[in-house]
Amino acid sequence: MSVLLIAEHNNKEVKSFTLNAITAASQIDQDLHVLLIGHNADDVAKSLSEVPLVKKVLHMDNEIYENYIAENYTSAILKHADKYSHIVCSANTFGKNLMPRIAALLDISQVSDIIKVIAPDTFLRPIYAGNAFATVKSNDEKKCITIRPTSFEAAETTGGSAEIEKVDAADKTENTKFVNREEIKSDRPELGTARIVISGGRGLQSGENFKLITDVADKLNAAIGASRAAVDAGYITNEHQVGQTGKVVVPDLYIAVGISGAIQHLAGMKESKVIVAINKDGEAPIFSVADYGLEADLFEALPQFLEELNKLNTIQK
Amino acid sequence: MKILVAVKRVIDYNVQIRVKEDGSGVVTDNVKMSTNPPDDNAIEEAVKIKEAGKASEIIAVTVGEEKAQETVRKALAVGADRGIHVKVDSVLEPLAVSKILKKIVEKENPDLVFMGKQAIDDDCNQTGQMLAAHLNWPQATFASKIEVKENSLEVTREVDEGLETIEVNTPAIVTCDLRLNEPRYASLPNIMKAKKKPIEQINASDLGVDTNPRIEHIKIEEPPKRKAGIKVSSVEELVQKLKNEAKVI
Repeated sequence: MSVLLIAEHNNKEVKSFTLNAITAASQIDQDLHVLLIGHNADDVAKSLSEVPLVKKVLHMDNEIYENYIAENYTSAILKHADKYSHIVCSANTFGKNLMPRIAALLDISQVSDIIKVIAPDTFLRPIYAGNAFATVKSNDEKKCITIRPTSFEAAETTGGSAEIEKVDAADKTENTKFVNREEIKSDRPELGTARIVISGGRGLQSGENFKLITDVADKLNAAIGASRAAVDAGYITNEHQVGQTGKVVVPDLYIAVGISGAIQHLAGMKESKVIVAINKDGEAPIFSVADYGLEADLFEALPQFLEELNKLNTIQK
Repeated sequence: MKILVAVKRVIDYNVQIRVKEDGSGVVTDNVKMSTNPPDDNAIEEAVKIKEAGKASEIIAVTVGEEKAQETVRKALAVGADRGIHVKVDSVLEPLAVSKILKKIVEKENPDLVFMGKQAIDDDCNQTGQMLAAHLNWPQATFASKIEVKENSLEVTREVDEGLETIEVNTPAIVTCDLRLNEPRYASLPNIMKAKKKPIEQINASDLGVDTNPRIEHIKIEEPPKRKAGIKVSSVEELVQKLKNEAKVI
């Protein structure tokens, strides 16, 4: 048995969720190889080779891989699939887009979004927005797996010295062209990996009012999340959405402000270690998962919260 | 241009899921069922494209048990022209569904196939990409905006970092995000009209596709419950609890 993990990166650095996926992959089998498909990504290859859990890095470098296109990645991965018992990657928009295309061409029934490795063929995964957990056993000879990154610790990134093997590029699709990516640059921690997340919902009533959220986020060095309702209403952009069809977050502290707590939102945050809910509706479902609930008008509570935080001088970064 | 839209019947998104005590699945008896939410967006987008004069026919297809026809009927009521119901007796894995849909595509020759990005029951997020692979068509997943061009589509996709735009040549598969559009409600006259629109029934077993399950469901269980929290009476108390009890700030 050996595992092939597909790395997500931007040709400069490895995306953090790949490090979580490496931890999960190594629990399937210790003979873990990473396939890096990119262009001018030698730094990424080097940093992957330094991850102690990685036994070998396959580095495919070609200008056709300047931008990630699932069709091009798929032909690249299929060139190497024969030699591996498992093909895995992170279950974020990168892996969700990619893995089923590979699985279908290998005639494999993919296991999506696993949160635990029980055995090399048996996994735990949430279904129904996390309202049920399924233990599933794959009877395909080879397995295609995506890994929920927030359910596994990030792998250590130093101390390893895996071999880097250069491999040839594969076919390029003519039918898909990358046009552009609007990345919203922010100095704040990433939503998926932040220690503290503060999220706003429809209760904020406008995009301008999100400033109340960002002020607290700045103070706590927190990432900013949002409910689907807030994103749909245009208060904040889509990459902030937490929930079943958005991002899943598992911070040490999750603060839900003006969020009622629809099933699909809870799916994205209810594994957080400590949950705070601030809502003026005492019956809101968000209180059922909150460790600390404050029934209050957020427009009064948030400025007070900031004031109280300012009185503390020991905020952990 | 012909658009095929795949829809799935799932437990309604507002229903609180209950797990069966014997660990075999979730309770579906007497539970409200609906069209998978992003599949409604897929239908809506197809209808909008047709209304803009850029599509000639919309075919709604579902793969499911007898009652799955309801989802096709609903699609017909909001603007699809005709329906196909592929009948199966058991719940199929996305791999099997994608193989069935491939047969339907080969029969109907659509220029575009739309469907929701993910079904809210199994949360697999696989079928569209798998169908694209089987057909060797380009895929545009998690679409929040679609612009129809001459022989291609420009699709804005919701990705972790923000928004990404790609151009795919047709024929192509698009999986739809909830923010793609605002699905309309069917009017009563249109619901009545939809009853007269044809739905072709096909038995999955007649399609010559291997639909045997590859994944065994060993156990379905309730997720661990969070222990009950407390209500605090003031912001001051909240901050003190977070600092001294939870020790997270």
